Amino acid sequence: MNDGTPSGDTRLRMSRLFPGGKNQKARATAILFVLPAFTAYAVFVLAPLVMSLYYSTLRWDGIGKARFTGLANYATVLTDPDLLSIIGNAFELVLYFTVIPVLLGLAVASAIRGHMAGTFGTLTRTVLFLPQVIPLVAAGIAWSWMFASSGLVNQALTAVGLADWTRGWLGDFDFALPAVGIIGAWVLLGLCTMLLVTGITKIDPSLYEAARLDGARPWHEFRYVTLPGLRQEIGVCITVTVISALASFDIVYIATGGGPGITTMVPGLEIYRLAFAHRQVGLASALAIVLMVLVLIAITPVQWYAREKK
Amino acid sequence: MTAAQPKAWLARLLLALLITVTLLPFLSMFTAALAPSGSYPNGLSWPDEPQWSNFAKAFEAANMGQLLISSTLIVLGVVPISVLAATMAGYGLAKLTGGRNKWIYLVFVAGLTLPFEAVITPLYYEVRAFGLLNTRFAIILPLIGLYMPFSVYWMRAHFLNVPNDLTEAAQLDGATRWKEFWLVQVPLARPAIMSLTILLFLWTWNQFLLPVVLVRDPSLRTMAGALGAFQGQWGTDVPLLCAGSLLILTPTVLLFLAFQRHFVAALLQGSVKG
Repeated sequence: MNDGTPSGDTRLRMSRLFPGGKNQKARATAILFVLPAFTAYAVFVLAPLVMSLYYSTLRWDGIGKARFTGLANYATVLTDPDLLSIIGNAFELVLYFTVIPVLLGLAVASAIRGHMAGTFGTLTRTVLFLPQVIPLVAAGIAWSWMFASSGLVNQALTAVGLADWTRGWLGDFDFALPAVGIIGAWVLLGLCTMLLVTGITKIDPSLYEAARLDGARPWHEFRYVTLPGLRQEIGVCITVTVISALASFDIVYIATGGGPGITTMVPGLEIYRLAFAHRQVGLASALAIVLMVLVLIAITPVQWYAREKK
Repeated sequence: MTAAQPKAWLARLLLALLITVTLLPFLSMFTAALAPSGSYPNGLSWPDEPQWSNFAKAFEAANMGQLLISSTLIVLGVVPISVLAATMAGYGLAKLTGGRNKWIYLVFVAGLTLPFEAVITPLYYEVRAFGLLNTRFAIILPLIGLYMPFSVYWMRAHFLNVPNDLTEAAQLDGATRWKEFWLVQVPLARPAIMSLTILLFLWTWNQFLLPVVLVRDPSLRTMAGALGAFQGQWGTDVPLLCAGSLLILTPTVLLFLAFQRHFVAALLQGSVKG
């Protein structure tokens, strides 16, 4: 993020020495270049964001008169047991969306270090990226079918003699949320694996040689060479997966609609339900702002971890 | 030096497992799609009489022809304008402004982690006020804005790496600047523009939240948005639903297979920078 480009510095000095004139023009040119993007951003992101903040202080059904209620909606979001458990669901999804892909990805990456060349490598890359290319909605439908009563998961359990375990997974109060989590893990696994596999090839092989000469065991090698070397890639994986867990919408909408009960309801879907089905625009907006802040809070330490001494 | 490299067979076994897990849901959908329409097939079993006609039926039921056109129109509305605006802004922010104007860049970057759900409610009222509700513009215009943080970030990162003497030679007025941008900078930026185009295409084609909220008529939505409506309508008919889903994900998969290397590179870099 080096912004002190020579041209920028020079121009800054120049404009101090010669205000107006040619540099005024240069500035106008710069503004013209940035203006289209900034306009689109301001109209469709910044303005709605300000409106979200404003709505969040209202009690409003979206049609009639709105009443100002201060921070009451935030108090509701942070105390209502249902809303709290909905926020909790999002964090539980992080366990599946983030932890499974990152751990499995690390295991695969350290196992296949340097074995991704050739046709087999290309084939692997292609297949592992498929879940990233299809709409999340399609992944949701595919897995709804996998988890259905007569779906593949139950078929496999029966085949290995665990017929007692079979159930309609997405309709089960205890297993629906983990099942949704597995869908997310499936979608993100390939991306994380490929990021880590690519990252590990950038680690200097002599580090592994040195570790081995020092008599390092495979675990030590992983702990002291692989993990530090992959710091940045792991940071990226965690960032991407945590955001998609906390802000999940598509998969849950398709696979469970938030049910049974509210066991799989997540903030994204609840915002949609509150605003457009229950006409509680104020509360929906407060939840939206809280969700945005939670994402930022969750991401910030990961960014620090990834940036620290490269 | 016996264990100089991790064992190749272990690596291949792990990868084979991963590939299997990734492909199983598709396979299971495929066999289910071939079962007699309206029946309850089993997870993974080849039907006695594969009903290939299910795909034709689903094509009709999902109004696929119309959907392809609709998605294409939306992509054409979003991607070229977004890429152009972001390329200009990325150039402007990397090359034309000094430290004083860094806040503009920071305002863009602040939007990088914004969940779309955080602005979807006001977007609904805004789009309605513009009189665009239930038109494709209700998806196109907001998406252009929502893509700006990433796109501008992406293009600026590219232009920061372009040596300065190229531009320094042409320290001239706006019109010349504009020429230089098109004749020198844009051709140089082609790889970055290509990756951005691929990413924006995928995200637009697969966009679900905006179509669901802002456009009621499925035939005006993106493929993914229409799939939601399709599931609502045919959710109980597993073979038809599976056939329809497979059809709907075919276009992107075909494009992906055709431009495999570009897609993989774009997705990898895209997440590293994003």
